Amino acid sequence: MKKKKYFLLLIGFFLLISILVTLSLGSVRVPFGLTFKIILNQLPFLEFEQVWLDTQESIVVDLRLPRVFVAVIIGGMLATAGVAFQGVLRNPLADPYILGISSGAAVGAAAAILLVTTAGTFLARIAVPLFAFTGAILSLLLVFALAWRRKRDPVTMILAGVVIQSFLGAILSFAVTISGDKLRSIVFWMMGSLVSTGWSDFIFLLPYFLIGFLLIMGFYRNLNILSLGEQAAEHLGMNVERIKVLVLAAASLLTASAVSVVGIIGFVGLIVPHMIRIIIGPDHKILIPASCLAGAVFLLWSDTLARTIIPAMEIPIGVITALAGAPFFGYLLKKRV
Amino acid sequence: MLNPGEVCKNKNQVTDKYQDYVFELCKVFYKYKEKIVLRDISLQIPKGQITGIIGPNGSGKTTLLKVLSGANKPCAGQVLLNKRPLQDYSRQEIARQIAFLEQNNNGSLPFTVREVVEMGRYPWLKPLAPLTLKDKEVIASALECFDLTAKQDRVVETLSGGERQLVSLARAMAQEPKILILDEPTTYLDIGHQSMVMEYLRKWHKESATTIIMVIHDLNLSSQYCDHLIVLNDGRFIQAGNKDEVLCEELIAKTYKASFSMIRHPVSGVPQFLPCFSE
Repeated sequence: MKKKKYFLLLIGFFLLISILVTLSLGSVRVPFGLTFKIILNQLPFLEFEQVWLDTQESIVVDLRLPRVFVAVIIGGMLATAGVAFQGVLRNPLADPYILGISSGAAVGAAAAILLVTTAGTFLARIAVPLFAFTGAILSLLLVFALAWRRKRDPVTMILAGVVIQSFLGAILSFAVTISGDKLRSIVFWMMGSLVSTGWSDFIFLLPYFLIGFLLIMGFYRNLNILSLGEQAAEHLGMNVERIKVLVLAAASLLTASAVSVVGIIGFVGLIVPHMIRIIIGPDHKILIPASCLAGAVFLLWSDTLARTIIPAMEIPIGVITALAGAPFFGYLLKKRV
Repeated sequence: MLNPGEVCKNKNQVTDKYQDYVFELCKVFYKYKEKIVLRDISLQIPKGQITGIIGPNGSGKTTLLKVLSGANKPCAGQVLLNKRPLQDYSRQEIARQIAFLEQNNNGSLPFTVREVVEMGRYPWLKPLAPLTLKDKEVIASALECFDLTAKQDRVVETLSGGERQLVSLARAMAQEPKILILDEPTTYLDIGHQSMVMEYLRKWHKESATTIIMVIHDLNLSSQYCDHLIVLNDGRFIQAGNKDEVLCEELIAKTYKASFSMIRHPVSGVPQFLPCFSE
């Protein structure tokens, strides 16, 4: 148990270092030491002699810092949602992207933007996540309905997810095509992007992150017991149906709010929890927070790669996560989990 | 449904000498997808004894266990747990009374032995609260009782089938149940592990006076370890009583539709059955 707590601290420390390093990386390279000073200078009570250019400060603080924060929170959200789906469905292949939940959220968000944007930005800010959440829940229900007969078979559920995903993908492409300039490009929706995300996005995501994470974390013991099987959990006095509904709703909320800001980013919820499981085992008490932190690290570096790998050009972040995630998924499938 | 005041008389009642019952079933029916699985079951299960439920495949034994644990709701009839209707208990109250071990539980669990045994404390825990000192003591003594203390940090899926069954029993013990219900605790175990599991159960029963109810396929083991036996066939109650009342050649042959020779165990003298060859 002690060892596990140190592990959390270790990933937390690694996240902090990653934030500082990625802030200094980019088309304009700001030396690491300088970045560190610029950031410390932002804190109250700390004043440094300004040895950097104003443009450097503006790049680090106004452009990169909010984007880094958005990457961190999105990574945490997607990885936490992955742990929750895997735990509740007792399906090691489950992930918001693979199950088609992200696609449902994207269609919902796109619908909200098409229908509501004319009504003003404030209403859109509320309508988009609401529609995205509805879309996520609906696609989850559809996956359940399709996989109902063989719900204990992990691969059947994944197949149902693939079906839903391609169907919703088609709807999304159609919507983007006919929408003119209202919707962002199809690449944004299908492959995700953190381009031009800012503090307002981070602040928007924060409450959803807190609600979803705390709700799922609150059920860590139940998620452990569920791995004994649903019947065994009932015999231990657990209200299995209620807990499943709450955790699935929380995971869908995390997914939906993430998708409505950055589009669909796949495989984060699959890779990260599996890696953490290999290192510290299946206990959700540690698995949930550790995956959340590691998801943040993973997405932060993926986004940094996406914006730096080709100079003066952004590649969609989903390209990076899929390049890592799809082979990993294949490995898990071959292992016949 | 029966009115609560109605007295239930059982024509096969031969167990009147037991004063105290944990379960009293009266005219219980259970339906699964329009098919009647249990019909008109009326029986009592004595407190503080080991009760074995026997009968052919598909006779409704597991279904009956799940009716007792509240997992299956009867479509008619009444189940009393300690004189109080079972449906009046909350899930948590039931879990504090009854530990239920399914067949082939924890097959491939990535958790450690200790983590699994800790899960048995669930019905006694407040949400989110850490384990108390008492919880830890109960867990330690459950591990000790099944000689798992040295193996507590091993991962369950790396253990043998017999050891996994002991982990499940230790988890059930951590639940501190008054009643332990087991569905075929010895299936898929070799004969050595079968008797090991049964000896542990006997030890548990002796030390705590826990009522044990189990479905058991092996007539010879049931004869050796059970105080009280219930025979089911085709969803109906056939007979109940001690082993000499129940384990007779005629009844067993009729129930299982095969012929047997009954002999006495050379040491304990309890009835044992050998299948007959057709020459």
